[in-house]
Order: sequence, then C-alpha cells, then structure tokens
Amino acid sequence: MRPVIPYVTAALLFGLGVYGVLRRRNAVLVLMAVELMLNAVNLVLVTADTTVKAVLPHSGQVFALFVIVLAAAEIGVGLAIVLQLYRLRASVTVDDVPLDEPAPAVAVAPGGLPTPEAPGTEGAVR
Amino acid sequence: MTGADVLLLALGAVAVGAGALVVATRHLVRAGLWLVVCLGALAGDYLVLTAELVAWVQVLIYVGAVVVLLLFAVMLTRAPIGPSDDLDRPGWAAALVGAGSGLGLAVLLIDAFRWSRVDLPAAGTAERLGEQLFRSWVLPFEVLSVLLLAALVGAIVLSRPDIGRRSTDTSAAQPADEGRRP
Repeated sequence: MRPVIPYVTAALLFGLGVYGVLRRRNAVLVLMAVELMLNAVNLVLVTADTTVKAVLPHSGQVFALFVIVLAAAEIGVGLAIVLQLYRLRASVTVDDVPLDEPAPAVAVAPGGLPTPEAPGTEGAVR
Repeated sequence: MTGADVLLLALGAVAVGAGALVVATRHLVRAGLWLVVCLGALAGDYLVLTAELVAWVQVLIYVGAVVVLLLFAVMLTRAPIGPSDDLDRPGWAAALVGAGSGLGLAVLLIDAFRWSRVDLPAAGTAERLGEQLFRSWVLPFEVLSVLLLAALVGAIVLSRPDIGRRSTDTSAAQPADEGRRP
C-alpha cells in the first residue's frame, strides 16, 4: 500500500474545505465545507495509523473516532445556531450577520423589565 | 501498484471530485447529496486501509446522521429547489488560500513519503479498537460523553427562545440580589 495516495487525497480535500468555508455565503454550505475539512483530518489519522508505528496500537483510528464524535456535536450546535439565525433574520447568509449589534435588543421584546434599566438599578443599589 | 493502491486511487478520485462539487455546485440540495458520495468514498478508503470500525461508524454517523441533519437544515431554511445565484461571494482570495493550503500540504506529504510502500497492519476491528478505547483512552472517552451531553443541552437551549429569555431574566435579577446582601 502506498501511503502517499490517501495522504494526497486528504490534503486536496482539506484545501477544498478551506475554499468552501471562505467562498460560500450560505451558512449550511459553510458547515458542509467544515465537514470536508474534518474528514480530511480523519483520513490523515487513519492513514498515519498504518504508516507510523506507535507505542499504543490503533491510536490513529481511536482519534478518528473521537473526531467523528466531535463533528457530530459540532454539527448539532451549529445547525441550532443556523436555525435560530434563520428565525431571527429569515436568511442564513453569513455576510449579512451584524457582529456589533447590542445584545439587549433581543431581551427587551418579551415585555418585562427592559434590560437597559438593569445595570442602572444595580448601580443605584450599590 | 497493487490492488489496494488502485482502489485507493479510484476512491480518492471519487472523494476529491465529489468534494469539489460540494463546494462548487449552485444547487443547495445537490451539495448535500454530493457530500454523501464524498463521505461514502472516504468510508471505502477506510475499509481499504483496514479501519473497519471507523468505516462503519463513518457510514452510520456521517452519512446516516450528519448529512440527514444538514438536509433538514437546508429544508428548514426554505432553500430554493432550482439553482441559486447568491450562494457564493466573489473573489479570488478563497481560491488562492484553498489551493495554496491544499497543494502546499500535498507537496509536503509527497516530499515526506515519496513512493514508499508499507504493509497494512492488523485490521482495526471493533474488538481491537474497543480494547484500546476502554484500556488506554478511557478518560478522553468519558470526557467526550460529557461534551456530547453539553452539546445536546446547548442545542436545546439555543433552539428554544423561551428558555433563553428566562435565563436572561434570572441573570439580570441575580446581580441585584448580590448587591443587596452586603
């Protein structure tokens, strides 16, 4: 088995993932490109398991399993964030996300105490 | 070139081609379906590399769960059926960085391994991998289960706006209580 073949495959897949993350505007497509990068890392780990003689056997495959679990957790939280973004803005375009919006603007809506007053009262009590 | 090399070459070509279509297609749903092809070819790669358990976990979790979740997200965000023109942002910077990192890593790995050949090790069956997992890697394994629980709770809290609202009210009330005590 020539290990250079899966290694080069993994390198090209990682490059494609980087390209997709930087190029895509749709948040779901960005997550798909992240999955490509994670899979490239998995392929490197599994291939390294065959080429590197480690103290513990099959360490690379165990790490690949860990990365798969991490990717599952990442995709769950990531999709929750994407769906919340769609509920707030009716679009999942990552370019349109305002990064400097004040956070209390969301909390004012329910109709209780307006959040901006909270720091003021706290300061008055002290 | 042995049979394993030919299989690795073919599956690698399928994986890279499908990956290129994932990041290049203008249909949202087709990107998810090409991702299935790419991940399936990678699972075949793992099988050739004798990582049996990883291959089946890949099919179960990636093709079975992650891609289905992604397709659900595509549908829940009202993705158009036909081709959409606003999926990409213009610019050569992405192509430059992507090609640079991919080809740079490829050159690095080719330089490191040349055309050397190694013998395939003993197959990574569930028995051998489980032995390693529960003997040498127990602590990371248990920490991962805590991380999965945290991700589960986090996803629920994120997708339920009422939970988040209540927690902001309590967090606003707590500092006031602490202020009254002294």
